[in-house]
Amino acid sequence: MSQADDARVDEFYERLKEQVEEAGYHLNSDVEFTKALLESILVNEDRYGYGACPCRLASGIKEEDLDIICPCYYRDPDLEEYDACYCGLYVSGDILSGKKQLTAIPERRPAPDERIVRSEDETETLGLESISNLPLPVWRCGVCGYLCAREGPPEICPICKVSKERFERFI
Amino acid sequence: MPMEHVDGEDKGKIVLFALSTCQWCRKTRLLLEELKVDFNYIYVDLLEGEERSEIIEEVKKYNPQLSFPTLVLDDGDVIVGFNEEGIREALT
Ligand code: SF4
Repeated sequence: MSQADDARVDEFYERLKEQVEEAGYHLNSDVEFTKALLESILVNEDRYGYGACPCRLASGIKEEDLDIICPCYYRDPDLEEYDACYCGLYVSGDILSGKKQLTAIPERRPAPDERIVRSEDETETLGLESISNLPLPVWRCGVCGYLCAREGPPEICPICKVSKERFERFI
Repeated sequence: MPMEHVDGEDKGKIVLFALSTCQWCRKTRLLLEELKVDFNYIYVDLLEGEERSEIIEEVKKYNPQLSFPTLVLDDGDVIVGFNEEGIREALT
């Protein structure tokens, strides 16, 4: 890794660490391991145009990979069940404090043949019939589950800071 | 097929399908090196075009979920993920 890359990774690390701590998440305290993952996310950002999960095979098509842009849709369920995300970038308080050990965990993302890629049209109409008397649609952040009732999703999730395209129509 | 080869003790044909960006894949490769076994590995994320599709189909045969690392041993056993104990047991 060149010096410029080192600086880019360090800057990314500092920025992300502060941001996730503020939101109640923890990065893996093994700084070398964590920085290697962040470097890989930057590699993927350069390679695909989005920061795909370093431990998953990205397709190169953003719409197909919305679920695995870091932080992925599987982070929170995995933190809940296994105390870490699939890559080991995010860990629970128990792992951070040393009460539990970090291990590799099973893949939660569905197999390629079982994945559902939702088109925008479907997202638009989803659930419209069920609760049609709401004054506004409700949008859900796929990463952290934040819900908001407004015409469209916010540019940036106010909780976990992911971008608009990670939201889906919830109600 | 652009497999990388690592010399070591012959325990039959061992192939590691991995991603160049994945830390668990890296740990798996380092473990195989530590165990000093002869093996081949390939970084699927670095492949393109037909080569990529072919290898993806091959990995799916061993591991339909197409997750990494996928380690295929000589006897056809497949170890998915960085399962240190499982790998040590199978290869020592
Ligand atoms: S949260 Fe963890 S598992 Fe999910 S994309 Fe990021 S590094 Fe990968």
